[in-house]
Amino acid sequence: MAKHPTSLFDAHLLRPAALESLRKLDPRVQWRNPVMLVTELGAALCTLVVLRDLATGAFSPFNVQITVWLWFTVVFANFAEAMAEGRGKAQADSLRKARTQALARRRRDGREEKVPATQLRRDDLVVCEASDVIPADGDVTEGIAMVDESAITGESAPVVRESGGDRSAVTGGTRVISDRIVIRVTSEPGHTFLDRMIGMVEGAKRQKTPNETALSLLLLGMTLVFLLAVFTLPAFGAYSAASAGQPHAADLSLPVLVSLLVCLIPTTIGGLLSAIGISGIDRMIRRNVMAMSGRAVEAAGDVDVLLLDKTGTITLGNRVATAFLPAPGVAPERLADVAQLASLADETPEGRSIVVLAKTQFNLRGREVAEPHAEFVPFSAQTQMSGVDFLNPSGRPARGIRKGAADAVRAYVEDLGGLFPKAVERTVEDIARQGATPLVVTEGRDVLGVVQLKDVVKGGIQERFARLRKMGIRTVMITGDNALTAAAIAAEAGVDDFMAHATPEQKLKRIRDEQATGHLVAMTGDGTNDAPALAQADVGVAMNTGTQAAREAGNMVDLDSNPTKLIEIVEIGKQLLMTRGALTTFSIANDVAKYFAILPAMFVGLYAAGGHPGPLAALNIMHLASPHSAILSAVIFNALIIVALIPLALRGVRYRAVGASAVLRRNLLLYGGGGLVAPFVGIKLIDLTLVALGWV
Amino acid sequence: MTTLDTVQVLLYLGLLIACTPWLGGYMARVFTGERAGLTGWLAPVERCIYRLAGCDPQVEMRWTTYAGALLAFNLFGLLALLGLQLLQGVLPLNPQHLPGVPFGLALNTAISFTTNTNWQAYSGEATLSYLTQMLGLTVQNFVSAATGIAVLLALTRGLTRRSGTTLGNFWADLVRATLYILLPLSSGLALVLVAQGVVQTLAPYIMVHTVEGGQQLIPLGPAASQVAIKQLGTNGGGFFGVNSAHPFENPTPLTNFLEMFAILLIPAALTYTYGRMVGSRRQGWAIFAAMLILFLSGFAVALTAETGHTGNMEGKETRFGIVNSVLWATATTAASNGSVNAMHDSLSPGAGLVALGNMLLGEVVFGGVGAGLYGMLMFMLLTVFMAGLMVGRTPEYLGKKVEAREVTLAMVAVLAPCATVLVFAALAVLTPAGLASISNPGPHGLSQVLYAFASTANNNGSAFAGLNANTGFYNYLGGIAMLIGRFAAIVPALAIAGSMAGKKTAPPSPGTFPTDGALFVVLLIGVVLLVGALTFLPVLTLGPVLEHLLLQQGRVF
Repeated sequence: MAKHPTSLFDAHLLRPAALESLRKLDPRVQWRNPVMLVTELGAALCTLVVLRDLATGAFSPFNVQITVWLWFTVVFANFAEAMAEGRGKAQADSLRKARTQALARRRRDGREEKVPATQLRRDDLVVCEASDVIPADGDVTEGIAMVDESAITGESAPVVRESGGDRSAVTGGTRVISDRIVIRVTSEPGHTFLDRMIGMVEGAKRQKTPNETALSLLLLGMTLVFLLAVFTLPAFGAYSAASAGQPHAADLSLPVLVSLLVCLIPTTIGGLLSAIGISGIDRMIRRNVMAMSGRAVEAAGDVDVLLLDKTGTITLGNRVATAFLPAPGVAPERLADVAQLASLADETPEGRSIVVLAKTQFNLRGREVAEPHAEFVPFSAQTQMSGVDFLNPSGRPARGIRKGAADAVRAYVEDLGGLFPKAVERTVEDIARQGATPLVVTEGRDVLGVVQLKDVVKGGIQERFARLRKMGIRTVMITGDNALTAAAIAAEAGVDDFMAHATPEQKLKRIRDEQATGHLVAMTGDGTNDAPALAQADVGVAMNTGTQAAREAGNMVDLDSNPTKLIEIVEIGKQLLMTRGALTTFSIANDVAKYFAILPAMFVGLYAAGGHPGPLAALNIMHLASPHSAILSAVIFNALIIVALIPLALRGVRYRAVGASAVLRRNLLLYGGGGLVAPFVGIKLIDLTLVALGWV
Repeated sequence: MTTLDTVQVLLYLGLLIACTPWLGGYMARVFTGERAGLTGWLAPVERCIYRLAGCDPQVEMRWTTYAGALLAFNLFGLLALLGLQLLQGVLPLNPQHLPGVPFGLALNTAISFTTNTNWQAYSGEATLSYLTQMLGLTVQNFVSAATGIAVLLALTRGLTRRSGTTLGNFWADLVRATLYILLPLSSGLALVLVAQGVVQTLAPYIMVHTVEGGQQLIPLGPAASQVAIKQLGTNGGGFFGVNSAHPFENPTPLTNFLEMFAILLIPAALTYTYGRMVGSRRQGWAIFAAMLILFLSGFAVALTAETGHTGNMEGKETRFGIVNSVLWATATTAASNGSVNAMHDSLSPGAGLVALGNMLLGEVVFGGVGAGLYGMLMFMLLTVFMAGLMVGRTPEYLGKKVEAREVTLAMVAVLAPCATVLVFAALAVLTPAGLASISNPGPHGLSQVLYAFASTANNNGSAFAGLNANTGFYNYLGGIAMLIGRFAAIVPALAIAGSMAGKKTAPPSPGTFPTDGALFVVLLIGVVLLVGALTFLPVLTLGPVLEHLLLQQGRVF
């Protein structure tokens, strides 16, 4: 996915798309799209009329031109779909290259055997070493390795995959760069992640989404009504002509009727509908999100509750030291100095941030601590502390520095016979109340003070949540922190609600509760214990770095593993629906102008007398040159508008985060109003051109 | 318009707007089982009816059961009315000794009154006995209106219930609508009409000697009781052939005003009832606003067309004048009433177009009792679907998702009458049997045919009197059109109610497209007009539009 075609009309996509659009003229392909099928049948009927004309010697340039433009209408619609598919195909081809044909080292009964990757079954164990391509999707069961996933994610930096924990999933087609891992295969051949990806980008397995089905039915219904309206017209026209005593006054020839029909049925949206759907999925892929179905993309637009993990989505992910708060009688520099010493060997982001803060606040440089004199005490779950012990030359501990949670340090100090100062206790409480984490620093039995660690809320996240609120989407922050901390961060980030002390079970329950009250919920997750919640959510986005269980439970996978992307996913979903609605409105509004072009052209002869046109000429408000040029202009406009709207269909209508009423007002004005006016202008211009060219 | 005309039109509208919340609120209380004005008095009667019928009003019905009960009841009514007509010659209360009605006409009339259409291919005083009028037509006038209300109630429940499966009890809805709403209102109106001189007697027709020395038979009958319900229940079937243009049906300006007012009263009030029942009065008022705007636009166009030049008095009663005739014509075609106080065949092409247009829009401008609102709700679902997509959400109405099933059903309900009108009108102009009934050839003849099928397929019942409708062709084809127009809308509406009842209700948020604001009203009007225009513009061009343009050139048909 590294290389996405950037321009909408990439030159190397145009030619195959043009060829493909001719191949799609096959009625078996058109069968899926009744609107275009009717158009194609109309074009075929007109072709027969032209052939009959030729046979009888009654050649009509008008009929020929109508026929040609009707075929163009179908071809243009095919072209739109082929363009949308073409962009996916290019990506699918590069993915296919990653699909491995190599031999896999299968371990069975303690022995290793070489089998083709395609013969691997679920639960087989496979060994991969440096430079091996991983033959199938799986979970790492042994070992740890660096894996290059650029074939799938486009990201060149290798990632760590290890057994146990939340980074155990590997994808077939990626490459191990170092070390050795054993993988338990989790997919059957042909159903791997890569296969699904290829299927999705190619649109091969594309099924109509629920809204698309509903819209297709609406379009089908309209097509049927227009079929009736147009094909009852000869009866009414013949009656009118007969009762006017002018049996040939109405032009009810087949090409004219087909022209009216094709202009009225919603060819614009009918021709672009599948292109819109394909390009919606394509837009997801461009943001490195693999939607497992079009349904999921659509559901994203409906979501009105987002469950967001605090870490990584709302906050930068790591707590950062922001202040040194010394105990009474202790100089701030001393606290900073000792805290820095305690953190020198601490490679965690928190530890590093203490070193950095001491440096920036008191210009204390990180010192080299000679190995023989110092013994680092790593953080452990039992002690809840980390630090450093300085040894005197005899190897006996001389100076012990610790930093850790208040309770742990209190126990440590009291064990040494010291006292935990009341003032420090208050400071600890204050910090906790603000939602930050207090880290108490002690040297021996002297408590020196507290380091305040804070979650840093991502820049711009507040505005983002405000935008979501305007769109009617509620954000809920999920965190394992205590309620106090959670509330403080929630307030700072501007989320609507939060869940503290969240366990996977509570998450699942929360989703169910929201759904029971009619909400649609989206969430991200990576761990195995997120899997039930991901499966329950209407849109579950699994992180690519996560476990295989999580990836299978969700209906989308974010290859970048960036939880903030959930917001973009929602926007793409909305944009997809909006584009469909806007083009439908545009398509229907177009019909008004086409009536004013074609109806007077058909019946201008009625009650015509003495060289003057009949009274229905009054409906020719565009003053089109002649009946033939009027009908031809309408048909040409109808064909060209499809081409003109391909970029809009592929790119989607412009999306803005404002309330529903504002969005509707804007789109209604633009696509409803525009759809009403545009054809009047367009048809008139085409009419002028046709007359200038002398084609009519 | 004179000052008096203006005052009267304003009074009409003012009274309509004032009575909507009053009657609408009463109906909402009746249908939600709250205590309302008359429930204390009539509740024992209601209980007695259930006991006699052996029916438990508490039993909830799924949509299929509800539809089944409704269809069975209507079929029974249809057959009873058919039998009554065929056998009236041997039945009592037939002072004029009228013979049994011929089968084709009887079937047409039976369908006509059970479907709330009241298309009249006959002339009442010359065809039907008092018994047929009272026991057949008047009864159907009540129950067909009550059926419309029942469908609306079921649909309303479907839209508001959360994850349920049932829609209420058809029998209870039918009884309540008749007992608490239609009977009291029409009894009151009938009494006023009698006081104003509308005849109400079982005596035979009177033979009088005219001033010129000739003899004339003056038809009488129990008219007032039937006139009241035919106006209130949007039925429209006159006791006499010329309907409310007849002085015995509509003698004074006061009766004219009341009868005209009765046309729109219940359909308008039901919008308020609906608003209350879905828990948001604004929803109801939004629909009312959309209907009123469409109504007034039609009225304005028709009035302009009729008063242009010297004013068109052809086919109008001098005691009513142009404004009253146009207001009646607009109201009776907007609501699917169909009663007339002037001859629509003589309307100018512009006013004729409005009358025709009101029906072709699907009888949703107030429309039939219950039927207008559930028809409008079908349009609303389609509107919501398109608008909803444009705001980037799966469309929802009242928090319930509008999906493929609902879209399909709403399309069927909206388009079945449209298709019927087009196909049947085309058949009429293609066949000698159809063409033979046309009295004026040319564009006006096309309008006559179109009007006949617009009226039947949309269950209006008014007629361009110029067309001879009592022929086998029009009796049978019109009968089919009426059945399609009625039940191809009722069954999908109930099916939608059933599928909506099972859906979850999403709470509203800023991302929800509001269906109670001005924007929605405009959009709804747009969709109603667009669907009508796109379907019928070609044929209207050859009918009223061409006639209008020719009239401007001085050619009259």
